[in-house]
Amino acid sequence: MVSFELSDEQRMVQETVSSFARDQMEPLMRESEESGTIPEEVIAKGWELGLLGGCIPEEYEGFGESLSALTSVIALEELGSGDLAMALHLMSPTVLAYAVMDQGTEEQKKSYLPRFCGEEFVPAACALVEPRYDFCPSALTTTAEREYDEYVLNGKKCLVALAKESELMLAFAATQPGMGFAGVQAFIIPRDTKGLEIGEREKNMGVNALATYPVTFKDCRVPVSAKLGGEEGCDYLRLLSRCRLGLAALAVGMSKRAVQHSRDYARERVAFGEPIGSRQAIAFMIAEMAIEVDATRLLTWEAAWRCDKGIDFCKEAALAKNYAADMAMMVGDRSVQIMGGHGYIRENPVELWFRNARGLAAFEGMVMV
Amino acid sequence: MKMIDFELSPKIRATKNMIHMFAENAIRPIARQYDEQEHEKPWELFKMVQKVMGSMMGGGLGGAESKEEKSESGEKKPRETNLMTAVTVEEIFWGDAGIALSFPGGGLGGAAVQASGTPEQREKFLARFAGEEPCWGAMAITEPEAGSDTANIKTTAVLDGDEWVLNGEKIFVTSGKSALEDSKGFVVVWATVDRSAGRAGIKPFIVEHGTPGMQITKIEDKMGIRCSDTVSLSFMDCRIPKDNILGSPEVMDKTKTEGFKKVMATFDATRPLVAAMAIGVGRAALDFIKQALAEQGVEIRYGISPNRMTVLEREIMQMEADLKAARLLTWRAVWMLDNGERNDLQASMAKAKAGAAVTRITQKAVELMGPLGYSRECMLEKWMRDSKINDIFEGTGQIQLLITARRVLDFGREQLK
Repeated sequence: MVSFELSDEQRMVQETVSSFARDQMEPLMRESEESGTIPEEVIAKGWELGLLGGCIPEEYEGFGESLSALTSVIALEELGSGDLAMALHLMSPTVLAYAVMDQGTEEQKKSYLPRFCGEEFVPAACALVEPRYDFCPSALTTTAEREYDEYVLNGKKCLVALAKESELMLAFAATQPGMGFAGVQAFIIPRDTKGLEIGEREKNMGVNALATYPVTFKDCRVPVSAKLGGEEGCDYLRLLSRCRLGLAALAVGMSKRAVQHSRDYARERVAFGEPIGSRQAIAFMIAEMAIEVDATRLLTWEAAWRCDKGIDFCKEAALAKNYAADMAMMVGDRSVQIMGGHGYIRENPVELWFRNARGLAAFEGMVMV
Repeated sequence: MKMIDFELSPKIRATKNMIHMFAENAIRPIARQYDEQEHEKPWELFKMVQKVMGSMMGGGLGGAESKEEKSESGEKKPRETNLMTAVTVEEIFWGDAGIALSFPGGGLGGAAVQASGTPEQREKFLARFAGEEPCWGAMAITEPEAGSDTANIKTTAVLDGDEWVLNGEKIFVTSGKSALEDSKGFVVVWATVDRSAGRAGIKPFIVEHGTPGMQITKIEDKMGIRCSDTVSLSFMDCRIPKDNILGSPEVMDKTKTEGFKKVMATFDATRPLVAAMAIGVGRAALDFIKQALAEQGVEIRYGISPNRMTVLEREIMQMEADLKAARLLTWRAVWMLDNGERNDLQASMAKAKAGAAVTRITQKAVELMGPLGYSRECMLEKWMRDSKINDIFEGTGQIQLLITARRVLDFGREQLK
């Protein structure tokens, strides 16, 4: 039966993460962006929320029962409303951990999941995006060729968050190039593996507080046991789609915050003797922004709900993610526009939301639900 | 149990499937015919609809609410009456908007009686929609000089003994001919009892078919939804019983506009339904274009990066996402109504999104089919014409944005005009 009411647990998660975003993340947003570093305390406090460990079952030393994509997107929306870079930093281990939990062999679950259940934050990297103008997740150019009981990886990756800081990396590579999504597999690779080179920290348009790196695989050999899901491998499109739900949720959260900011500004800023929000030119922009944020949230919820129900959700996740990226750009752009010249000044947050929003369209992987 | 859920209940699903078959087999095949033969009506279909719907839904969309409520009195079961209506409306309009819009039933007039009538008024005026013969209700708000600006209504109602005397002109009355000439229906007319009182003075009155002094002065020729009649009405010393006023006749304190607001609240229930209508037409166009592409062997690659998409893929995906977003916003608005929550903001959001999205979707569908899309041999051009009305009637897209903006900004009508 159709219902838009959050469960008590989801409501609690929403409230907890929301106040964390307001009180802990947002006040540090600008400074982190400018300095390029995220204070350890905020990540430590974020880790205490138990968002990741709460999804890992007890048999793997976690303290949760199951992973709900819906509950995850609700949490990620709130994190996204705090700060995108911090959210991606804090949730970076979700890609490897949830991928293992969802599709790993029993052995992989036992050996990798417990490390994410401790009291301290443990980062993990995800190498998916490649530095090409024609990058497409269905046509990866990084390859993994089987040689006896090893896979040999070759290729270049970029936007690998926390590559240097993480002991483990989940790398996606084509085992059957030309086969589209079906031809891609994931490999769990320790950072010190020979042939894995991490480059200088990247400089990007936005999310500058998040440390991202280029990664090169040069005849990087890993044992077959490193392949996610063992001999059978993994369902790459499913993993990619779970990541897309996460990115869509972050976009909703960040844009929701931008709409609030624009609304407050439009109520207070007086021009020609009245608040600028009293003019339809501004008011209608804000109305459309609010409608599109709600629309994107519902698209994301619906796709996540399908995922939890075990119905095919890959198409819905792709539609939601692309819609969310477009929406975030529209909302970011208008947030700047509504503030006029002030919106262009780095003292105000809107220009950062605008720059961050563009990243969401280019990102794949990075966070999972 | 509290949870987010997008699965329709078995009851709604079964009805949806049934209505879809009906729309596909009984409505779609005659859709073009009643577009080309404007001002003619599919009477055979209407009689069949009256037989089935009259008994099932208590007389059409407008009167759908009452029976459910009564039968469920006492036990607190989650209601899904409005969701059921929204889902059903989408299916019927997928069949054809013009025909669906002219279906027998209480329409907006019935909805107004339902929302603000006394039990006696409901009994007296709504029972007819569950009868044997097709019957219509209509609503007359718009005037030549007052469209969305309903507070500017000039039609007057003056109490003379036991009767109200109405004088004025109304235009754009949907199903006015059906209600007043083709059946024993009525029209709910908005008139002012005190022009100096502004919005507080505006009251709705029920005028029966055949009332002397009321005349149909024009039947409009339209761009789309041609099966549905749209008329102008003139009232010249039109006398109606004193009891035919909806709500209180008192003009209270000029700052209080409770009566006006109550009738406006009718729109909180009907605006999401207009959104559902739009979605039905949009889905028809999208289904058509996707099938046409599939027949040509064109594949839509959903999972690929936006930078690798063809223009066609990008368009189709945006159409699909827009349509779905509009549907979800609509479902949320009716779900809130079913749960007794205030939904005026969400209702306007849904209508604003659906009206704009579907207007665009149908235009794009015509564009993507090249010259074939422009041909009247193909349904796409009709759907483009039909869909446009959803961005206009029951509050234009701009009015919906205005309502949304006022709520988001927490501004009253004085602060945001």
